[in-house]
This record gives sequence, C-alpha cells and structure tokens, in this order.
Amino acid sequence: MNGVAGGLVAQLLLAVLAVVVAVTTTGHRRNLLAGTACAALAAAGAVTGGLALAGRQGAVEVPTTLPFSPLVLSPDRLGGLFILVAGVVGVAASVYAIGYVHGASASRSQWSALAVFLLGMQLVPAAGDAITFLLAWELMAAASTVLVLADQTRSPAAREAALWYAIMTHLSMVAILAGFAVLAGQTGGTGFRVLANADPTSPAVSVAFGLLVLGFASKAGLVPLHVWLPRAHPEAPSHASALMSAVMVKMGVYGALLVALRLLPGGPTWWAVLLMGLGGASALYGILQAAVATDIKRLLAYSTSENVGLMFLALGTALLLRGYHVPGAASVALISCLLFVVNHAAFKATLFLGAGAILHATGERDLDRLGGLVHRMPWTGASFGVAAMGAAALPVTGAFVAEWALLQALIHGVRPGDQVVAVTVPLALAVIALTAGLALLTFVKAYGIAFLARPRSDAAAGAHEVPTTMRVAMGAGAIAVVALGVVPGPVAAVLARSLGIAGAQPIGLAGLELTGMGALLDPLSLTILGLLIGAPALLYVVVLARRHPREVAAPGWGCGGIRVSPRMQYTATSYAEPLMRVFDDALQPTRDVEVTTVADSRYMAARVEYRQRVDDVVEVRAYAPLVAAANRLADRARGIQNGSIHRYLAFSFAALVVVLLAVVR
Amino acid sequence: MNAAETAATLLVLLLQVTVMTALAPVVAGITRQARARVEGRAGAGVFQPWRDLRKLVTKRPIHAAGTSWVTRVGPFMLLASSFLIAALIPLVSAAPLPLVPDDLFVVVSVLLLGTVALALLGLDAGSAFGGMGSSRHMMIAALVEPTVLMAVYALSIPVGSSTLSLIVANRRDDPASIASPAGVLGVVALAVVVLAETGRLPVDNPSTHLELTMVHEAMILETSARDLAQVELGSWLRLTVLLGLVGNLVVPWGVATDATPAAVAIGIVAIVVKIGILAAVLGAAEVGLAKLRLFRVPELLAGSFVLAFLAVAASYLVA
Repeated sequence: MNGVAGGLVAQLLLAVLAVVVAVTTTGHRRNLLAGTACAALAAAGAVTGGLALAGRQGAVEVPTTLPFSPLVLSPDRLGGLFILVAGVVGVAASVYAIGYVHGASASRSQWSALAVFLLGMQLVPAAGDAITFLLAWELMAAASTVLVLADQTRSPAAREAALWYAIMTHLSMVAILAGFAVLAGQTGGTGFRVLANADPTSPAVSVAFGLLVLGFASKAGLVPLHVWLPRAHPEAPSHASALMSAVMVKMGVYGALLVALRLLPGGPTWWAVLLMGLGGASALYGILQAAVATDIKRLLAYSTSENVGLMFLALGTALLLRGYHVPGAASVALISCLLFVVNHAAFKATLFLGAGAILHATGERDLDRLGGLVHRMPWTGASFGVAAMGAAALPVTGAFVAEWALLQALIHGVRPGDQVVAVTVPLALAVIALTAGLALLTFVKAYGIAFLARPRSDAAAGAHEVPTTMRVAMGAGAIAVVALGVVPGPVAAVLARSLGIAGAQPIGLAGLELTGMGALLDPLSLTILGLLIGAPALLYVVVLARRHPREVAAPGWGCGGIRVSPRMQYTATSYAEPLMRVFDDALQPTRDVEVTTVADSRYMAARVEYRQRVDDVVEVRAYAPLVAAANRLADRARGIQNGSIHRYLAFSFAALVVVLLAVVR
Repeated sequence: MNAAETAATLLVLLLQVTVMTALAPVVAGITRQARARVEGRAGAGVFQPWRDLRKLVTKRPIHAAGTSWVTRVGPFMLLASSFLIAALIPLVSAAPLPLVPDDLFVVVSVLLLGTVALALLGLDAGSAFGGMGSSRHMMIAALVEPTVLMAVYALSIPVGSSTLSLIVANRRDDPASIASPAGVLGVVALAVVVLAETGRLPVDNPSTHLELTMVHEAMILETSARDLAQVELGSWLRLTVLLGLVGNLVVPWGVATDATPAAVAIGIVAIVVKIGILAAVLGAAEVGLAKLRLFRVPELLAGSFVLAFLAVAASYLVA
C-alpha cells in the first residue's frame, strides 16, 4: 500500500475514531478530544491530497455485492488539490471549533456530523467512478444538513434553512445522478475512465452535460440555484459555515472541472457560453446582494455566490478560448479558476471564522448593531481585516493575483472577427470589473462598520476577545491569505501542473509569469519597491510624530452640534443606501414609512418608523410560485392518504401488478 | 537587463517620484489659480498648497475619542499608494523595472488601496459625516471600476498587452492610432474616470464647505495636522499622476526610453509642461461646471462606460 492509499485508509479510520470519541466522551473533554480527532482526520486528508497533487498514484478499491464495478478511490492531481484544500481548511475549522462550540453545537451528533462531513468532502475528489462520487457526495450533503440543524431547538430559522438546504441539495443530487446515468448509458460503465469515452457532440451527452452542470451549479450556489446559501450559511455554526463555504461549494466547482476537462472535453461552444453566463450572473447578483446585506454571515454567503461565479466564468472562458484555439489564454483562464478556488478557500474560511468570533463575543450577526470591535477584539479584527482585503481582491493578497490572471487571459484572448468572442469577452470583463468594484464596497462596509467607529449596541460595547484556539485558526487563515498572494509564482505553477497544462511559471522573487503573454506580476518586488519609495516619507512622519505628539480630544465634528450618540453614526444599511438607490430596479427593496403625528397637527411628527427589507428577488419571483404549487400538490395528495392500512395494501398491490405487467411485456 | 541598467532605471524612477511629489501641490495650486483668474479673482498663487503643507506638518494632530489604528496609519497608506502609482506609471521615463512592469491592472489596484484607506479613515471616527462621505466615495469607486477596466481593455487591444509603457510606445510609433475612434473613445472614457477618481467636478466639488454635498472632504473632516498633510498630498499626487497618464496617452512624445541624462531631462520638462497645461485647463473648465446630484453621477459613469465599450467594439471592427 503506497502513500495515497494509506492516507485514504487513515482518513476512514480517523473518521471512525472521531465519531467514537464524540459519542463516548462528555463536556469539555469531548470538545478537546473530538476536535483533535477531527483535526487529525483533516490533516490526514491534507497529506493524502498533497501526495496526490505531487503526482503519486494510489487507489483503494472496495468490492460490492451490487451489480456495479467496485467502488474506487483514486485521486488524480486535480482531485488531490481539492482534497488538500479540504484538509487544510478542515484542520483550521476543527481547531477553531474546540473553542467555539457550546450548547447545542457541542453535542455528540454535531461533533459526529463534523467528522462525517470532513470525510465526505475529502472523498468526493478522490472518487474514481460515478457511484463512489455520488456516495461521498451524499455523505457530505447529509452530514452538512445535520450541522445546519445545530440550533434547531431554539431557532425556527435554522429548521427552515435546513429544509431549503436539504431540498436543494437533493435536487442537485438527482440532477447529477441523472447526468451520470445518461453518460453511463452512452458508454456502458460507471468508472470515470469509461465515461470519458462519451462523444461530446451527441445530443444525449449535451443533455447529460446540462444535468450535471445544473446539479453542480446548485451545490456551488450559482444564481438562480443559490437560494439555500444565504439561509444555511448564517444558521450553521460558524466553523461549519466556514467549511461549507470554503470547501463544500468548491466541490460543485470540482464537479464542473471534472465534467468539462476530464469527462467531456471538446464540447460545443454553447457549453462554454452557458458556464460563462451562469458564472457572470452569479458574480453580479451575488455581490449586489452582499453589498446591501446587513447580516454579516448572509453577506459572506452571497459573496461566496459571487466568487464561485467568477470561478465558473473563468472556466467558461477557458473552454471558449480553447474551442477557438487560443490555448495560451485558455490555460491562464484555467489557472486563474484554480487560483480563485485556493484563495477563496483561504479568505472565506477566515472571514466566516471571524464572523463566528464576533457572534461568540457579542451574540450579534447584525452589522447595524456592531461597531468599535477593533479595540476589544484586536486579533479577530486583524485577521478579519486581512481576509476582507483578500475578498476585495486588493494587492498583495492571492485573490488579486487570481483576478489579474483572469483579466490577462481575457485581454490575450482577443480574436478579431469572431462574433462570439467579440461579444462575450468584453462583457465578461465588464462583469468582473463591476463585481470587483462592488466587492470593494462590500468589504469596506463589513470591516469598517463592524470593527471601526463606536459600538452601536451594548452587546458590541461589552465584547471580549475569543479563546486561543479560535485566534490561532483565524490567524493562520489570515497568514495564508497573504502568503498565497506573496508567492503566486510557485502556487500557480503547482496549480498548472495539477491540470497538466503549461502557462504559468515562477519568476523573480516568487512572482508569477504567464508564459507566452509577456505578463508578469511579482507582488514581493512590488511591495519592496513600495517600501523603498515610501521609506523616506515614513521616516519623516516618524520624526514629526516625535516632535508633535498626538492629542486625543473632543467628539467628532457634528456641524456645531455636540450631542454625539452612537446612533448618529452610519450603519451598514445607510452605508449601502446610495448603492441601493442606484440598483433599485434590480434589488427591489420594500420600504415602509409610518408617521405618527402629534394630536391634530398634520405637520408635527411624534414618531417616524422606517422599515426596509431586501428580499431575494430570484427567490420571490421564481421559487415562491414553485413552493406554492408544491404545497397545493401536497394538499391534493393528502386526500389519498387516509391512514387506513387497507388502502396502503391496495396501493402496494396495484404497484406490484403494474411492475409485473411491465416485466411481462 | 544587467544590474547597472536596473540601478539606473531605479534611480530614474525615484527621480520621477520626487519630481511628481514636488509638482503635486503646484498642480493643485494651478487648478485653483486658473479657476480664480477665470472667475476674476487674483488667487493665492500656485505655491499656496505647498505653504499649506508646511504649516500643517508643524501642528499637533487632534483625534476624536475612540479612533483606531486606521486614523494613525490610513493617511500614510493613502500617500504610499500614491507614491507607488507615481513610480509605476510611465511619466518621465517609459523604461520599467524588470520585475515590476507598469501593468495597468496593477496600477488600478494600487489606486484602490488608497481609495480603501480613505474610506476606512472616513468611518473611523464614527461621525455621521465621515460615514456619509465614505459611503458615497465607495459607491462612486464601485461604479468607476467597470469603466476603468473597460478603458484599459480598449487601450490594450491594439498592443495586445496591458503594459503601459508598451501602450505609450505604440501610440508614439503609430500616431494614427491616437486619432483612431478606439483611441479617442478610450482616452475620453479614461479622462472621465480620472475626474471621478480624483474627486473633481462634476462628481465632487473639491472646494465645497457644505457638509451635505461633500464626498472627499467629508471623509477627512476628522483629520488634522500631518495626517491631513499626508491625505492632501496623496490626493494631489494621485491627480497629478493620472493627469500625466492622460497627457502621455494623448501626446506620447518626450517620454524618455532610456536612462541617459539628456533623455531624462527632456522627459521631466515634457511631463511637467503636459501636466501643467492639463491642470490649467481642468481648473478653468471647472468654472463652467456645476456639481452633479449624487444620483446623477451613475449616469455620467454609465455614459463613460458606453464610450469605453464603443472603443472596444471599434477596435474589434478596425483590427
């Protein structure tokens, strides 16, 4: 048994151990021991993933009595990358959970579900055939549903979120199952090697592609299949939301990569345009909703929708350019897709862990009731701030490199004369640009309102720094966000090798060169240049600071007014208000103004109440009618279920007769 | 490129940053002076901003209670980002360092660093006006972004690269491309976003004293003394450098391509003249402009975006 196979077996054993530990221990000991076991499981996954990424081969085969070929776990390099990401984020989340969990989220079932969830996420990219893939997928989906339900006894919203999530995730499962079934029907096998023999130009395979993309897009939280995301992420415990957002939705991306690159390469152009369209719509809609969100975890959830959208956009661009024989730009677009995957895992995990720390310290998720936390929670503030820079794709974080690479691919993908490229590429660029602008606003808002200024509620004023395990996890995440941005060259080279393509190589001080494009980015050199130029000015400022020390005085400028209540500050809602007005038609907020006047006067207001609610337009328009129809159908169906055993026996009998007739014919 | 050449390039870059920093307050002075003259006032002279800076650095900064590291570090972050842009954009010389090419996308993101520093500065004191300015500033920045990148794209299509020095060199070697539809539309779109990015009319009024109309000024209400000096110098430097970029795109001659003293001297004179003229035109033109209502600004930016998109379409058709 070699390294990869050994690692896979170790993961299985450690998952069993973690569940046993979670079930048999109690109290603080359970948190410590189960957390350590989960971290070990995730670390084993990281090692396995790292080995597979380095090109080691290895397989575990589980024979079954079912009429399929045996279940095969044999990760390739790309799968190894995703296992590595799942493992590393898993370690951080497990360590964090030791200090974070309390009450319902520290229960036996929650810790067991976490272990199963971690295992499921690490097995999906290891699967070598469709059946194993679906089993691991289901493991991941079921365990995460249990995690979303952590707070169900106290919060009705958690139950509702879990219901939405369970329905969406199973619809996605059905679509993927159907897609694989069509492919299996075409090729006569379930192993990925066999499935890859399908002819991508046949209509049946196009149907399979559509079904698979539908399923993976739903898991990845792409608009319009994202509705579970802004519900499930806020309700799950924060370490679980971090895992779901940073890793689980990425399995949708992995699925799309698997289908587009390994199973069905060389499909028609409309496949690429479909992926670009889905990605672009998600990126724009997601970030727009995030910009106006006030619940910090809801904001992060929508931002996930945006980032996954960018990944799909990059993948679509790569397929499009590959189809038009621009292999260099296509490779760079693919590399940028993977750069987004890795960097998003780092910054989004850190952001969710940071949001969890805020929740832990204040009990608040509403940005409108936070503020001034940078003084009370310096560690959380620093980690969250760095991760927010990553989410806003500012230099020198890794997300900036990813975005830069994608933009370079678009610039170099120019093929004058072709209409599809001439329309889609500039549009893609515009979408990325608007997304980048809105992401900037979103994360300035998230950090600025939560951590700066004065506390907007007593809970925020009484916040405390969180336990060490949580700080360590967040700090490691923040370091990863910057480290990935400082050494993009080696990172991109590894990613390129995982896809078996050229296009990126290290240059200078760990900089990234896009070969054949004459484009290079060396963030470390850039930083050094900045320091070199800024040094004299900094020195001068320091000298000035010695000579003229600071004075803290007086409240801020109030136009001559001296009544300074924290309620007069800008809130998250008011911060996004100009944007809300600009995008009024797209967001369609409902506003409610209620004025109570003094006695008989029409002009003297005693009380003005203003309420604003931003519902998800897609959900209201597309899902509400569907849900209503499903409910009506369920009401009708209730008529044939009266609880009488005779009637059910009659149903069974009728079904049996139908089956027999079908078989006989 | 060998070590000696790299050192020479670095020296020229440092010289460029120094010249631009010295010029930045004068550019602010020129716009004010031009405005004053057109309005029939005598004006305070083009060196008044320098005198203001000298006064500010000798004072003690005063903070509102409850401010954080942002108030202490933010002003320098803004200034440092402006310094870095001044080094990256080909102004005096179009010979970039080997590992730090003057990539327009990188320039734009370094600009954004400064934008973010300023927006956080506005939020830090927790005053209503600071938040207001910060919110408006970020809305404008978010909507400017598509136009900027689309203009960058339009400019980079003919060259097949987003490297500024190549774009400038291409326009110099092929003057017809400056007057081509794509070239003109791209530069006009870029000029509009420069106005928006640097808080000039009609997007923001740099000389307003009414808080409710402020954007940039509202964010820096709480800054004083050397903090204010850094913010002001940083913002002026941003304006200067971006005017220089527009100048070099429209008139790409005079930019040094090597590090010989003569070429660099010509480069300095050329860029100072270009920026000076643009600043005077800007100041004089602002007299005839009124500030747009905040919610009309998106329309202006959308118009500019359309120009940039047309530029892209034109370059596809022409090429």
